[in-house]
Amino acid sequence: MSLASPRLLRPAGTVWPLLARPHRLRRRLGTVLALAVGVVLLIWSLLPTYNMLLIALDAEGDTEYSGIVWPADPTLDSFRVVMAGDYWYLEHFWHKFANSLLIALATMVLTVLIGSLASFALGRMRLARGWLLGNFPVVTYAVPASFLVIPFYRVMREYGLSDSLWAVVAADVTFATPYAILILQQYARLVPFELDEAAQIDGASPLVVYRSIYLPLMAPALVAVGTFALLFAWNEYLYQYLLLTSDRNMTVAVAIAQFFDADEAPWNHMMAAAIVYALPPVAIFLALRRWTAAGFSLGGIRA
Amino acid sequence: MTTQTLDAGQPLVRRRPLRLTWRGGLQGSEYAWAIAFTLPYIGLFLAFVAYPVAFGAWLGHEPSLYAELAEDPIYQRTIVNTILYVGIAVNLKMFGALLLSGFFMRPGWWVKALLLVFVLPWAMPALPAFISIHWMLNGQWGLLNNFLWNVFGFDGPGWLDTSRWLALGWVILSHIWKWMPFWTVILLAGRMAIPQDLYEAAEVDGATGLTRFTHVTFPLLANLYLVCTLLSTIFTLGDFNSVYFVSGGGPALSTHVLATLGIRDAFEVARPDLGVAAVLSSLPLMIPLVLILMRKLRTTEVTL
Repeated sequence: MSLASPRLLRPAGTVWPLLARPHRLRRRLGTVLALAVGVVLLIWSLLPTYNMLLIALDAEGDTEYSGIVWPADPTLDSFRVVMAGDYWYLEHFWHKFANSLLIALATMVLTVLIGSLASFALGRMRLARGWLLGNFPVVTYAVPASFLVIPFYRVMREYGLSDSLWAVVAADVTFATPYAILILQQYARLVPFELDEAAQIDGASPLVVYRSIYLPLMAPALVAVGTFALLFAWNEYLYQYLLLTSDRNMTVAVAIAQFFDADEAPWNHMMAAAIVYALPPVAIFLALRRWTAAGFSLGGIRA
Repeated sequence: MTTQTLDAGQPLVRRRPLRLTWRGGLQGSEYAWAIAFTLPYIGLFLAFVAYPVAFGAWLGHEPSLYAELAEDPIYQRTIVNTILYVGIAVNLKMFGALLLSGFFMRPGWWVKALLLVFVLPWAMPALPAFISIHWMLNGQWGLLNNFLWNVFGFDGPGWLDTSRWLALGWVILSHIWKWMPFWTVILLAGRMAIPQDLYEAAEVDGATGLTRFTHVTFPLLANLYLVCTLLSTIFTLGDFNSVYFVSGGGPALSTHVLATLGIRDAFEVARPDLGVAAVLSSLPLMIPLVLILMRKLRTTEVTL
């Protein structure tokens, strides 16, 4: 409790100007250092994206980088090829795009639905063995998706879901729901219990409480969880690659990865397709960052 | 509903003692509702987690599979790679995230703008990002070697197809590039949750700079840091994309990790039993991790 600390009694710079100067110098040095770190971070974060753009804008698809930062004659032709589906691997590009979208939207709806129902039951209804159910999400966290896919593939055949978009949706919902439940349970603590009780006294059934109190008040967390599920399913590759075999059910991610295996693939087309594929999630992420940030600040500590 | 009405006179119904039955404190129809609410998730878990896990365990129960793996030089290298990959990538990534979360606490508009750019690798799908990195490291036409040649007149090696350790190093770096932003944001949220008056109190007591960190920030973040590290270890162990797209397991199958080797065995070599055995051989590492994680998650209420 050293209240008589000199810094509090005498504002630096007024009483001992000479002593204050090194302090100011150190602060300025700190700012310069921070700027340097900032520049390094900027290059570090953007380099692969820049490389992608550089190749996509190149006519031949090989970056003869010659010290210039921008290609000599950039062309948008690769993007035209992607949009028109003018290359073998990119045939029916929009159909593949729609498949990816369908998987992502279905995953979002199902994750929000199943996750909110389960989190309501776990957090709001006094289930005696709720903790047992509450461990399911943690157990799922512990099973890496890339490990589970081997038996998953066989099990989907047993369920009659081989080469079905729904098999991929099932996998994505399986891995997105645990996160949804944990986030929703955490957020639900901010919604006062008394509201539920008041409604119950008025004779509302749990379904009514869920629909007219829980869901509306949980809206920010639901947006966060829904966005997460949407992006997760859109970005996921492995299950789409292994579970979808026919051309009709192919997704954008799988189509792009096909280039990767081919020897003589035009890399500019691939990078253009990759950019078209990466744009929606990045745009959604940036547009909804306030909500996702709400979701993440919930991830804060309460140790 | 009659009991509810009677209870309403009491101060708070919430803290009545739980009866140790499946029903808990639930009345008849409420219990039916609770089942209806949890049934979709229980069904999901049983159909798509529990059953495939059990099926996988059955596929890989044969001890001879493990003997076969142990003799395979590719598998032996894979184990070494996995340990190096997880050990180095997780620790560098988490430590970097811890430092950077402090950096992003700085005031100023440009720091906030930079954070948006910094989270871009995380917002972006893994596939395009890693494909781009793969091409960037191409020995002949890649951006990196073109840059080295044009600026320094130095002919760089084939970064991914000449040396195992070089390729593994780039895989680790790519993984860090993709996932450090996520953990930075989580730790940043953790730092923001620390009440400001603690710092003010510490400053009055003369704590600045490093002592501020070691005596205030880190003790409060330690638990979160530990949980994040455990989770990140599990996620990294299951990370397929970094290795598959950056090095592709090459050169000469020397940079596979368990996640990619399991899938190679199961789908390319068409030996699902061997693939399952390969990934199941990570259980000695996984089980203690998960047990600690479950304890930590239950006792400290840290959620991601």
